[in-house]
Amino acid sequence: MSAVRKEDSMLLQKQMMSDHYDRLASAHDEGRKVVYTFVPGNLNELVRSFGLLPVLPEINALQSGLRKKSGEYIAEAEKNGHSEDVCTYVKCDIGMLKKGNIGPTGTQLPKPDLLLLSYTGCFTFLKWFELLREEYGDVPVAMLHVPYQANGRIEPHQRDYVVQQMRTEVIPKLEQVSGRAYDEDRLREMLRLSARAEDDLVWTLESAKRTPSPIDAYFGGVHYIGPIFSAFRGTQGAVDYYTALRAEVQERLDAGQGPVTPEGPMGTEKYRLVVEGPPNWTSFREFWKMFYDEGAVFVASTYTKVGGLYDRGFRHDPDHPLETLADYCLGCYTNLGLPTRVDLLEQYINDYNADGFLVNSVKSCNSFSVGQLMMLRQLEERTGVPGVFIENDLVDPRYFSAANIKNRIESYLQMLDQKRGKAA
Amino acid sequence: MIDVFVGIDLGSTTTKAVVLDNDGNVIGRGITNSRSNYDVAALIVREEAFVRTRFTLVERSIGVDAGVISALERNLKLQQHLELLARLQEAMSMLAAGPKHRGHAGDLKTRLDEIAAGMEPLARQHFAAGATRRSDFFRDLAAADYMHLAEQLADPKHIAFDVLCGVFDAAILAVENLPVEHAFERHIGAALEATLAEHPDCDADGLRRAVEEARGEELVELETVGTGYGRARLPFPKEQIRSEILCHGLGAHAMFPETRTVLDIGGQDTKAIQVDASGIVTSFQMNDRCAAGCGRYLGYIADEMNLALHELGPLAQESRTRVKINSTCTVFAGAELRERLSLGQKREDILSGLHRAIILRAMSLLARSGGINDQLTFTGGVARNPAAVAALRDLVGENYGARTINTSPDSIYTGSLGAALFALRAAERKAA
Repeated sequence: MSAVRKEDSMLLQKQMMSDHYDRLASAHDEGRKVVYTFVPGNLNELVRSFGLLPVLPEINALQSGLRKKSGEYIAEAEKNGHSEDVCTYVKCDIGMLKKGNIGPTGTQLPKPDLLLLSYTGCFTFLKWFELLREEYGDVPVAMLHVPYQANGRIEPHQRDYVVQQMRTEVIPKLEQVSGRAYDEDRLREMLRLSARAEDDLVWTLESAKRTPSPIDAYFGGVHYIGPIFSAFRGTQGAVDYYTALRAEVQERLDAGQGPVTPEGPMGTEKYRLVVEGPPNWTSFREFWKMFYDEGAVFVASTYTKVGGLYDRGFRHDPDHPLETLADYCLGCYTNLGLPTRVDLLEQYINDYNADGFLVNSVKSCNSFSVGQLMMLRQLEERTGVPGVFIENDLVDPRYFSAANIKNRIESYLQMLDQKRGKAA
Repeated sequence: MIDVFVGIDLGSTTTKAVVLDNDGNVIGRGITNSRSNYDVAALIVREEAFVRTRFTLVERSIGVDAGVISALERNLKLQQHLELLARLQEAMSMLAAGPKHRGHAGDLKTRLDEIAAGMEPLARQHFAAGATRRSDFFRDLAAADYMHLAEQLADPKHIAFDVLCGVFDAAILAVENLPVEHAFERHIGAALEATLAEHPDCDADGLRRAVEEARGEELVELETVGTGYGRARLPFPKEQIRSEILCHGLGAHAMFPETRTVLDIGGQDTKAIQVDASGIVTSFQMNDRCAAGCGRYLGYIADEMNLALHELGPLAQESRTRVKINSTCTVFAGAELRERLSLGQKREDILSGLHRAIILRAMSLLARSGGINDQLTFTGGVARNPAAVAALRDLVGENYGARTINTSPDSIYTGSLGAALFALRAAERKAA
């Protein structure tokens, strides 16, 4: 196989990540403070408006998975007493810490100056930060409780509740750690940048409505959401990244081309699929290849909405800074109930003209996996489009069984063929 | 010259082939152990199916005299077995002369020749009229005979038993990795003479003529489709490879057209498949990474109990008090079994519990795939086990009420039948 093909935007993102980890490595020497926080419902603009740098443990874990380090880290965590059934992101993070806290790009990660726990939909987050507090000793914790969207919509009292916690809990702690006062104008400026980047992200994700789709909204999509879901939302860097990404995708659209895979441009688009659930990171390319080799492209994914459902209209609104952050936290995919998730997937299947859908059920992620079989059945009933169920994991390489997964995928795609009457 | 369509199912444990004629009739079937070499397994199983195809031609031309044809087939199998035995002896001689045995080459060779000489009469006994065989595979029969003789002939001070075992293990690999060709054409003469000696009253001229015609017939393999775990190893273009889930769905539909749900328990997979009225798969579920409760599990249990695989089910059915077993872990099968035996539980009761545990696991996959719709067809090697079928009937009845449950003695060929039907359809499409 020739060298892995990367889009220009991917190289740009790689540089952004590398610069970020370099900044983190020297942060304490340069007198900067760091805040550990989670991806879904993160308050990146607020954190950065205080001059603080964010560290996102899930991003470290998935990056360790992509770089084939997670197996070793998970083993280390298990050696320290963490059960086989614990979320593998958590174990990967704890193992990394135990092994010296060298981040995915090979630089030292700084100790947290604040643990900002905004647990959106995932209750493991609570336990995760309890563990980190134990490991790091006396680190202050700011807690933001984001109520679950039980009714399928954001109620005004929920928004008020989150805003109130920001005023009374989060902002005072950020002020204390940073030694700076809350600066709403600065926050508004960053939210303005967020919204610009969000526009281009949505444009990119929706380009998959075209046939052939110029992007793979899952395997490519997880890259596209990188800057906006992690440390870069609200920065000029993110705006520039999405401008470049949009131009790149526009070029492929104009040329009628499909996505770029690690082995070059994808061949003819044969199947358009929607996917529920996070991908596997340890065998990411091998997993992707099982699809692109067969001409299967993902046109929409729910995982790429864990850090915000921008394609459903949400934008960060500089005119209502804390309210918009509250709406953002409340609206993340992981904070939605099962009926809302089914509705969303149904819309994707219809809007993106999908031939089928995949449920990538992740062993160690209860907040994603609970109810997925029911979702599969309901979607099949509502849309008449057949689905397939695959069992996988985030970053534990032991749970990626290539032959079993390939068998299911091939069977499923052949089943779609058979249904279409293309193959006998 | 007749056109044939071949389906090959390369399973984890056994490889199966089905041959169809132009009208979609099954005219040949073959089965072999998958061994470590899928390529050879595919060649051998195709050859086996072609041998059976030629017997079908004999049957068609003289009308079915079941006794004579089955004697002819049995005698041909003996000839095939003897051929492999000669190959085995040759391979063992070569190994004995190798550098590993320099110190005792002469004595080892003598011992091996004695064993080989003892294996031939045992082989003839296996294929004598009315004899039952522990297995249909050369490897299993030869290994049992060899070990039996080696135990008697080994001398701990000189040529020890483990040395003899080592030679056999290396030699059987060499023998199994050699393809066999034109078995019918080469062996039918000797088989025919033996059969005529056994059946002096049969129409000898008619049989000779039919055999000669069948031997000379050219089988034109118009289309071949492969499926099963080893499918990627088949030297076919991608469009000739089909998923076993689709093949089992279509195969079950062909055997029982009212099938709507298929349960396939193979060597390392359990699959629950829903099909529509045309045999097209609409949804499926299969076991995850773990092969607990699959056919291989029963294989280990049989080994632990020193029984042949086909003896397990009937023994389990003798149970009057079922033992409750929850674990179907293949790796722990032996430990669990020994523990229960040490508690004084009876073999048949333990086995009865094991069969129910296997089916309980399958029930969960069936539920996940969309439940059990009428009719349910049970396929794969485990469907030949009467205790597994009985446990399935019980549990389906308890959970879903009255359902028709189909099984067939040919259930192990369901996947290869589906593959062969795909081959036939592909040929029809090309012709259209």
